[in-house]
Amino acid sequence: MAVWVDACAAEDIDEEDVIRFDHGSHTFVIVRDHEDNYYCTDGLCTHEDVHLADGLVVEATLECPKHSSVFDMTNGEVETPPACENLHTYPTKVEGGRVFVEI
Amino acid sequence: MARDYSMLGPDGDRAVASGLVTEDWYRTPLPRKTIKALMKRSDQPAIRDTAMLFGLMILFAGIAITLMPSWWSLPFWLAYGVLYGSAMDSRWHECGHGTAFKTRWMNKVVYQIACFCMIRDPWCWKYSHARHHSDTIIVGRDPEVAIMRPVVVAKMLANLVGIMDVKDGVMRMLVHISGKMLPDEEDYVEPVFYHMTIRTARIWMAIYVLTIFAAIYFASWIPLLLIGLPRLYGCWHMVICGWLQHGGLDDNVLDHRLNSRTVYMNPVSRFIYWNMNYHVEHHMFPLVPYYKLPELHQACRFDFPPPNRSILGAYAEMIPALWKQRKDADYHIRRALPDTATPYHDGPHTLATANPEE
Repeated sequence: MAVWVDACAAEDIDEEDVIRFDHGSHTFVIVRDHEDNYYCTDGLCTHEDVHLADGLVVEATLECPKHSSVFDMTNGEVETPPACENLHTYPTKVEGGRVFVEI
Repeated sequence: MARDYSMLGPDGDRAVASGLVTEDWYRTPLPRKTIKALMKRSDQPAIRDTAMLFGLMILFAGIAITLMPSWWSLPFWLAYGVLYGSAMDSRWHECGHGTAFKTRWMNKVVYQIACFCMIRDPWCWKYSHARHHSDTIIVGRDPEVAIMRPVVVAKMLANLVGIMDVKDGVMRMLVHISGKMLPDEEDYVEPVFYHMTIRTARIWMAIYVLTIFAAIYFASWIPLLLIGLPRLYGCWHMVICGWLQHGGLDDNVLDHRLNSRTVYMNPVSRFIYWNMNYHVEHHMFPLVPYYKLPELHQACRFDFPPPNRSILGAYAEMIPALWKQRKDADYHIRRALPDTATPYHDGPHTLATANPEE
């Protein structure tokens, strides 16, 4: 059953930036976009297992640091190949200055 | 040890088995704020450079056509050719990474034009180049190794006028027109894009047929000098710069400081080549746009071997190594690192013979 997990402080992530979040045996990324919305997706690119935490956030998209696949953070969809498979997304909320992810 | 560079040969399997196909590549530790600032894009530099490129192409072609059939047209054709056959290579490269322009459609438009000029299918080469970045100079995995060991001098020289590349590009285009893909492409291209490759090849062939028809109809070389032939007579600058990217350096390692080369170049070459002379930097941080590479170079200096000071200096280093590789394929250049650097990350193997500079 999914539970809300306290992932980080909202201020841990700069505007238009991304951090890595590990929970259990799984790795995720948490993204803050240009309008202070927060998103959580799987941490590894679906093209090859490159961690997206080193990538580039532009508005609500995240670009893989190695091959430039671009993902829409709002729904995990691929916007630009080489990746062809969408990222799995996780519901995210901010409460009391903390970012919570439903995993 | 002999090397088999084909994508379907035993060296590829060996690379997988020995742990060379991995994400465990060395990256210089830069603060996140620094690398984030360096990755930030803007449209202005690439719009300026693209306007200059196409403007110069129109200017040189216009003067050349006006001066035809006089031999005075020759230097203008040569200048046009370099912009078509060499500068388009770097535009293909940078726009393929999606880093030249901030606005994505601009990258896509220039990428398609550059792919046509270079006779490189947009989809196959996108995936081929992704593999080049995943498995840089890993034998049997990297489909873009420009200088294979031992070097075949005749093939290299033939490519100064694009003969090997164009032969390969046209052969692939003909296979794609027939509705098929080549076996090596099936190894690295996603099948969902096969139909795009086939459609692109058919459109390109129609353009080439029209160009040839125009040349025959008007009994003139001009259509061919404008479209197609510059890929041969103008590619020498791309080839001369491209050989330096990895030539004579190590292979089957997991550290771009060992297998890639940064070379200081003159401003004209850097315009044509879009700063890909900062090649170690580019491989380590491929999201940094070309106009930020000099800045990235400064940020990484503490951790990188000293760059070659000129194109000639780089050739003076590379040619003797290539010559030695004819007898000893494992020989390679290994440059000394500054005291401030993290030691090299060779990966799961260490090859025997190396330049004793380190």
